Amino acid sequence: MMSINIYAIRAIYKAEMRRFWVTIGQSIISPVISTSLYFIVFGSAIGSRIQQVEGVDYGTFIVPGMMIFTLLTQSVSNASFGIFHQKFTGTIYEVLSAPISSTEILIGFVGASASKSFIIGTIILITSTFFVDLHIQSPFIMFAFFILTCVSFSLFGFIIGLWADNFEKIQVIPMLVITPLVFLGGSFYSIDMLPPMWRDISLFNPALYLVSGFRWSFFGISDVNISLSLMFISLFLLICIFIVWRIFATGYKLRS
Amino acid sequence: MSTIIQIKNISKVYGKTHVLKDVNLEIKKGEIIALLGPNGAGKTTLISIICGLVNKSAGSVIIDGFDNATNFRKAREKVGLVPQELHLAMFDKVVNTLHYSRGLFGKKRNEKHINELIEKLHLSDKKNQEIRSLSGGMKRRVLIAKALAHQPKILFLDEPTAGVDVELRKSTWNLVKQLRQSGVTIILTTHYIEEAESIADRIGIINKGKLILVDDKKTLMKRLGKKHIQINLANPIEEMPQKLKDLSLELSEDKINLYYHFKDKKEYQNIPLILQTIKDCGLNINELNTSKSSLEDIFVDIVNDEY
Ligand SMILES: Nc1ncnc2c1ncn2[C@@H]1O[C@H](COP(=O)(O)OP(=O)(O)OP(=O)(O)O)[C@@H](O)[C@H]1O
Ligand SMILES: [Mg+2]
Repeated sequence: MMSINIYAIRAIYKAEMRRFWVTIGQSIISPVISTSLYFIVFGSAIGSRIQQVEGVDYGTFIVPGMMIFTLLTQSVSNASFGIFHQKFTGTIYEVLSAPISSTEILIGFVGASASKSFIIGTIILITSTFFVDLHIQSPFIMFAFFILTCVSFSLFGFIIGLWADNFEKIQVIPMLVITPLVFLGGSFYSIDMLPPMWRDISLFNPALYLVSGFRWSFFGISDVNISLSLMFISLFLLICIFIVWRIFATGYKLRS
Repeated sequence: MSTIIQIKNISKVYGKTHVLKDVNLEIKKGEIIALLGPNGAGKTTLISIICGLVNKSAGSVIIDGFDNATNFRKAREKVGLVPQELHLAMFDKVVNTLHYSRGLFGKKRNEKHINELIEKLHLSDKKNQEIRSLSGGMKRRVLIAKALAHQPKILFLDEPTAGVDVELRKSTWNLVKQLRQSGVTIILTTHYIEEAESIADRIGIINKGKLILVDDKKTLMKRLGKKHIQINLANPIEEMPQKLKDLSLELSEDKINLYYHFKDKKEYQNIPLILQTIKDCGLNINELNTSKSSLEDIFVDIVNDEY
């Protein structure tokens, strides 16, 4: 008989979200401040020199990249911290002794992390409208990208949290991997602005496909084909699902 | 009484160390069973395997008819666990963490039950406080309340009274007895022999990963408990007369006391003869004392025998 412990998923989700609501002021203010800073630094300072990229105002142009950057770092660090913290403090004993399947644990943690990212992304989007005029060309694709990014990178973060056995490891991935990839993946510029060699190297950067696809959904312009971008994010999600499935099948690092 | 947990041939190996060696145990419905054993004996590991925290290397655990590996949902939903360490989400409020525990075990939210638990464990004035602001003893009560939040039929208590003051210890014992009366089966580990002595129905002794003995508390004490008579002489003696040695009496180091240890009726019947013989040897008796070995003596005896 197929049964789902819906109360357990809800309990995990709520407990994870509680941290977010307790610090709601902080949770809202920090993306608002950082978004504003980006607009001041990139939009005003650089924007006064660049003005337009492929027919889009520079200030407007950076909105999708800024969102992707925040979604990735937030998703990875939220999801990895959630599960790692329980392992670290030992409170995971309760989840492990409860009648919950690994998939249900995952849905609770990843769902909460993705929700937080989604809320923060929305706040950035709203804040942006105070600085620039935004017209989203393909709202449906934009929404799909938005959700897919939140979910797949929360899942990625969950894997990091399972794998990590110290705090350094969960800090290193967002800082040393995600940040450079997204910055170099054309978040704040079009790779067409780069010399040819760097443009070719950039094509190996997975973050480029995300930023480019997301930007396409806003303005209809992109560095790489939109279908390539969609394929990339879907493939990434599938790989994460596969890894997590293997982890659960072997009980790796959850039960000794 | 019917069996509620059946532990069959459980072994656990970490690397090359055998932490549990072929443990077999049947826990009866409604009983309180205490597991005793020195540090590192494997008590926590055994409990962790039953509750699903640790994977076993061999064997099986059947809880209320359900295998804890193949039918883990049915098996686990009946069990509550109070871990040895204070593993708590320190920034959660007491009441929230209890609702959380209940939810994890697949039960619908129930304010009434949670409030009753809070009251029963004397946490009413801490209900809306963050756990980190509670004292150690209060935190332990929160752990117990969490384990009871989903109304389990079976409760595991891993050293529930470690680092707990006398009053709280007594009130924990009362709670355990109350729970048993309401039909809950209780498995506890402890280092306090008086704890096992005062609340358990049966006692299991684990040493170096082996369950070396399980028995009814009373039978255990009867079977292994020795009685002692101390005969305090009026004057010290240089050496014990041969006649007394033959009656297996022992002389204390300060040469003033004679000891006689006995277990069964036959040995008991020797006492008048012993007293007569002492008199015949021309010795005067100052005082007579009798005593019974406690569970603690028995435990020390058994564990030492193993070495
Ligand atoms: N994860 C682990 N990896 C390796 N060895 C372990 C692990 N967990 C426990 N052990 C070992 O297993 C043995 C039994 O430990 P356990 O915690 O079950 O003892 P215990 O009887 O509960 O002791 P105590 O009375 O101190 O709580 C110990 O030697 C311990 O070092
Ligand atoms: Mg222990």
